[in-house]
Formats: sequence, structure tokens, C-alpha cells
Amino acid sequence: MQDERQDLIDQRMQDLNNDGVDRRGFLKCMAWAGTGLVWTMSGGVPVSRAFARGRGKHEGQNARDNGGFSFVQISDSHMGFNKPANQDVVATLQAAVDKINGLQNPPEFLLHTGDISHLSKTEQFDNVDQILKGASAKDVFFVPGEHDVIDDNGKSYLERYGKGAQGAGWYSFDHKGVHFIGLVNVLNLKSGGLGSLGGEQLDWIGKDVKHLKHSTPIVVFAHIPLWSVFPAWGWGTDDSAQALAYLRKFGSVTVLNGHIHQTMQKVEGNVTFHTAMSTAFPQPQPGKADSPGPMKVPAEQLRALLGITNVNYIRGQQSLAVVDSTLG
Amino acid sequence: MTKTNTWFAGLVMRLMFGMLLLCAGSATVSAKDQPSAANAEVAIDNFSFGPQTLTVPVGATVTWTNRDDIPHTVVSTEGVFKSKVRDTDEKFSFTFTKAGTYPYYCSVHPKMTGRVVVQ
Repeated sequence: MQDERQDLIDQRMQDLNNDGVDRRGFLKCMAWAGTGLVWTMSGGVPVSRAFARGRGKHEGQNARDNGGFSFVQISDSHMGFNKPANQDVVATLQAAVDKINGLQNPPEFLLHTGDISHLSKTEQFDNVDQILKGASAKDVFFVPGEHDVIDDNGKSYLERYGKGAQGAGWYSFDHKGVHFIGLVNVLNLKSGGLGSLGGEQLDWIGKDVKHLKHSTPIVVFAHIPLWSVFPAWGWGTDDSAQALAYLRKFGSVTVLNGHIHQTMQKVEGNVTFHTAMSTAFPQPQPGKADSPGPMKVPAEQLRALLGITNVNYIRGQQSLAVVDSTLG
Repeated sequence: MTKTNTWFAGLVMRLMFGMLLLCAGSATVSAKDQPSAANAEVAIDNFSFGPQTLTVPVGATVTWTNRDDIPHTVVSTEGVFKSKVRDTDEKFSFTFTKAGTYPYYCSVHPKMTGRVVVQ
């Protein structure tokens, strides 16, 4: 079990930045026994360290004292899924909420990066809304996944979650000095293509960030990864380069995505890309299976492959600390 | 044999020969030019359509069956047909009344592509 987990760490660390910091070597020394992984940026270099429960208390307190805050990202709840990979996605979503409620420092809001429902059905959206009502954080910001816009081009998603949003449901908001941008890259997908933002949304992004100070920390959240994780499986966005170009001037950009049902991280200059685990079922690592579908694992291992992402903003530090933790 | 018998035998033989030619002729035509109407099924599994290219005769009905554990759709890139979402074991059928090539894909997972060739 320990070896499997070491392999998991090794394979999931994408050291695509040849910056001389050997994260793999550093992490091999860390015992992975249900602890979280903290990623922080220090002078543009990603530094990770494992933390045990309890130490987080101090970090959170400092964050709050300094006018910082934390929020939690959850993703891919797939309400309505009932196949062998997980026949009780309600229980695992509830476990995620329990985890959120057990955090030393309550998050100020939640981000859901899509695939809220499995088949875009009303009762599935209702179910998720109901379960999330039990979370300590009452504000939840959503972006749709491809499973949320099936058959009706996103009409029912927009009716439910699109208040104040533009176009197909994109929007931005500010929270304690951090600028958040929610994007939709799961509509009008072309045959053979990847995720798509579209011209109208790209223009909007340009206008939205035009007058922001370069020191404003930016958090972008969208369902499909905005970087090329594994195109053969549709894990990427065709036109994300233009979006990222608009964000190049900012000192700190954190991109939070879902869709791939596993954590993956990449750093490119001032941009940190991060994908979250699902609360419903895991998927195989790129190329390790025939297709990116639900991955069945022994029942006792399931919750170790599902999880939430806790993000801490410490005022004065441009960077955000991103912490993944599993449900079990 | 009598003269009549010979003539009759000859006629029969000519008729038989003619029929043989006809049969042989049409048998050749059927074997070569008519695509099989039996294989009008496409299985959706492992994020792919199988067979990826299906050839059918004009008037054939193609039925897609989702054997995957994830929902998919069947959408013509030219707007000719479009299924509602199909979960595991659900089907979608379309009857092709005009010859042509019909590329399609899954609108939820657009890397999944296929085509139907109607001859």
C-alpha cells in the first residue's frame, strides 16, 4: 500500500518546470499517510511540504490574522452516477462536506468546478444543492462540466446557476483583494476537439482584467484543464492560450480545474495550474488505461482517491497555498 | 429423338442456359455491389464507436447501443441527426434514406468520432 502510494506521488508530480528543484526526491522522503500536501510559491519557485493535522491550525490563524482567507474547491460530484466505480456518490459527497466542516479554519466559500450532476437532471442538481446546504460555507460558486450541459446546451444549468453571469455562464468577483474568474469551457465542443472557451468569452476575459493592478492575485476556475494534460483523452482546452495571454502581466495566477478526477499540478512562470480530485469516482492516470472512464478500485481504497482542495490566501504573500486532502 | 423432341430439347436447353446466365449474372451483381444490410449496429464502449466506420445500404437503420459506463451522445457534424444523452444500455437509431458519408461524434466527449457511409 505504501509503495502504491509512493508511485502515486511520483507519477502525479509533473516536474515540467526545469528549475533545479527536485520535488520528486523531496517528496519521496515524506511519509504519505493521510497527510495533506501543501504547495506554496516562494519567489516564483514551487515549494511543497507535507503537513500533519494540527499544524494547519497555526497556518490558518496567521492567514486570518493577516486579512487572508481560505476557500475550498470541490469537483466532479456526478450526482446520479451509480455504476460499480461508486454506487453511492451521495455518501462520498456528504463525506466531502463533513471534511469541509471539520477543517480547523472554516473556508469562506466553496468553488465547484463542474460535473455537478451526471446527466444534467433537475433532481441531480437539487440533490447536490441539498447536500451542500450542510456545509459551513454558505456561498458556493459553480462552473459547469460537460455533464451539466447535456441535451439543452446548458439552458437548465444557466437557469439554476447563471444569475449575474455573462453569456454561457462566465463571471468574475472579488474577495478580499483576490480576483476570481469562473469560466465555461464545455459548450459548443467541436468534433475531435478539446475544451473550448470561444471568442465571446475570450474577449470578455480581456476586458475583465484590463484595469486590474498587476499585483492583484488572480484565481481562474473552469471545468476542463486550461493546460494540455492529455489531449488524446480530451484533457485540455483548444483556445486557452489566448486566455492565459491576458493574464501574463499578473504576478500570481492560480488556475483551478477538475474533469480529470485526480490531482495534477504544473507551474509556468507566475501561473500555477492545479486539478482537483472528484468526490464521486477516480479516473486512470494519463495513458494508463484504454479510456478515461471511471476507474474501479477495491472498496476500501475508494475514499483515498477522492477528495477536496483547500486554498489559503495569506495577505502580503502573492501566492496561494493549495492543499489537497482525501476523503479517507 | 424425333424432330419435335430435338427442337424442344434445344429450346429447353437454351432456356436453361439463359436462366443460368441470368442467375449467374445477378449473383455476381449481388455479391459485389450490395453492401450488407445485416451489420447496422454500432457499439459504444471505452469512449469509442465500434466499428468507427460503418457502411450500410440506402434505407438501412443504424442502431447505436451504449455499452460504456458513462453516458454519451451521437451527433451528426452536419446536423442530420442528434441523439438525446444515452446512458449505459440505452440506444439511439437513425434511418439513412440518402446515400452519402455521415461523420458524427459524441458532443459530451468530442474526441469520440465515427462515420456512417451510406451506399
